[in-house]
Amino acid sequence: MSDGETALSFIETRCEVARFPASQPLRLDSGGEIRGLEVAYNTYGRLNAQRTNAVLVCHALSGDQYAASRHPASGKAGWWDKMVGPGLPLDTDRYFVIATNVLSGCSGTTGPASIDPATGEPYGLTFPVITVADMVRAQKLLLDALGIEQLFAVVGGSMGGMQALQWAADYPERMFSVVCIAAAARHSAQNIAFHEVGRQAIMADPDWRGGDYLRQNVRPEKGLAVARMAAHITYLSEQALQRKFGRELQRDGLSWGFDADFQVESYLRHQGAAFVDRFDANSYLYITRALDYFDLAAAYGGHLANAFQRARDVRFCVFSFTSDWLYPTPESRQIVRALNAAGARASFVEIDSDKGHDAFFLDEPVLHDALTGFLTSAGHARGLS
Amino acid sequence: MSVIREDFREILRLVRPGARVLDVGCGEGELLELLTREKGVEGRGLEISPEGVSACLARGLAVVQGDADDDLDYFPARAFDYAVLSQTLPQVRQPRHVLSELLRIAERAVVSLPNFGHWRVRFDLVTHGRMPLTHSLPTPWWSTPNIHLCTLRDFTALCDDLGLRIEACAALANGSPARPIDPKRGLENWRAESALFLLSHAEGQTAPRDVGPPKSDLFG
Repeated sequence: MSDGETALSFIETRCEVARFPASQPLRLDSGGEIRGLEVAYNTYGRLNAQRTNAVLVCHALSGDQYAASRHPASGKAGWWDKMVGPGLPLDTDRYFVIATNVLSGCSGTTGPASIDPATGEPYGLTFPVITVADMVRAQKLLLDALGIEQLFAVVGGSMGGMQALQWAADYPERMFSVVCIAAAARHSAQNIAFHEVGRQAIMADPDWRGGDYLRQNVRPEKGLAVARMAAHITYLSEQALQRKFGRELQRDGLSWGFDADFQVESYLRHQGAAFVDRFDANSYLYITRALDYFDLAAAYGGHLANAFQRARDVRFCVFSFTSDWLYPTPESRQIVRALNAAGARASFVEIDSDKGHDAFFLDEPVLHDALTGFLTSAGHARGLS
Repeated sequence: MSVIREDFREILRLVRPGARVLDVGCGEGELLELLTREKGVEGRGLEISPEGVSACLARGLAVVQGDADDDLDYFPARAFDYAVLSQTLPQVRQPRHVLSELLRIAERAVVSLPNFGHWRVRFDLVTHGRMPLTHSLPTPWWSTPNIHLCTLRDFTALCDDLGLRIEACAALANGSPARPIDPKRGLENWRAESALFLLSHAEGQTAPRDVGPPKSDLFG
């Protein structure tokens, strides 16, 4: 099971891949199944003897299991290294943090770029369309394998927050608390619209080859880069873009052409180019599709509160950011109101930030303090030292 | 001892142990923490400022950022035994709506408010012709959060209008212990600087469940 072990400064870190036998397939919402599932995950800290201090960290669309450790390909610091580590809100001296790569991802967990054991070729578009509930189901298989009966917390931002909500709806007995940051209980028309732009950009790239690019040894880099550029705008606020770039030019004067005259253009191009180095285009299609299909209330007659009926003993903490226009505060309020209607123990904070949706990756003292407070008090209630 | 602390002391005395309590406008959670510690209540809070909510989370309380005007509607009926609105009613946009909502989501409401009929308030207004500044109304008119001030008589009239029963009432004054009063007596409308009400639906309006101690115990 072990793929190796990395010691990163003073966080005890393990990078692993759990492999499930073909006899234990992952059953999917679509009716299909995945045989020979692999789930890549990292752990930070130590599981206590009672197995009560495990925290599952769920990543966002383009994230991975490297929450608090350097990404082996990009060399970049972990995407949540401000949140996960000793003395941080997800304190690795207290909690055993598990970060998995999501189902249909491209960082080690089975996805469209993986080899289909039935054909010996990359899945490509033969990979089944999956849902957020399927992502959660794969994580649950992992926890079963690790022998963790109840998580202390499921924590996630954006798509990770949606997974956390899905966890609460599907397996409420498997967690003590849930933290949902900058997310929504369903994808809005605007959310779907932006994702459709991204998918169309990928599929319009001639190198996409009907999704079969891996076998043909090409990659739809241009399409994927454009998808990332469009999406990246939605992660930032107008104020943040203005503050960072304004109308500043790259060079003195205009080029009177279509080079990146403006700094903001150059920034977006860089974001796009950096993304294609670490992300698979088909993964992008599948994950955005899963998000678009996400509507937690749908399975409960359209009543979100019913999704949380069985989670009344779970402690919830919901966060939103004032300048997040991707999953704006009313979406979080809807979650909180449903939790209240279900009689769950819910807390909610709207954090004043001009940094947009991506504020949850950044230094936001109110988020850090509130999350620390929530987890620490929940930890006391759970009997964690 | 300030008016607010007297307020808390009275609420603490009146709330049944182990009850489900919603504190509307819970600030940094002092009252909820007190009630949780002393009475073992199952507490929830509603608070408008993110800093307040954050402080509540650090105390281990379950608190939602929101306000009385907009967020009470989303709680199910009878979700709580008590809804507490401490010195906040004059600050809401729709006091009448908020009051009925409190008694929809809770069996009983505990509401405290400054009395604009207090003699010092009337005296200030009459003699100086200026908005009064007193212990329970300490901020000048241009910065006060109070937008719907009322007298005891105004408030009891509203309770009658909404079909609410005043189960008990106590006058609160700076530095002195709470004093049980009949809020409908004209004299009290002069004497009480601030008052705390225990409200429920009048008989026949709903089927009330006996959740509290006998009335005589409520205010010592």
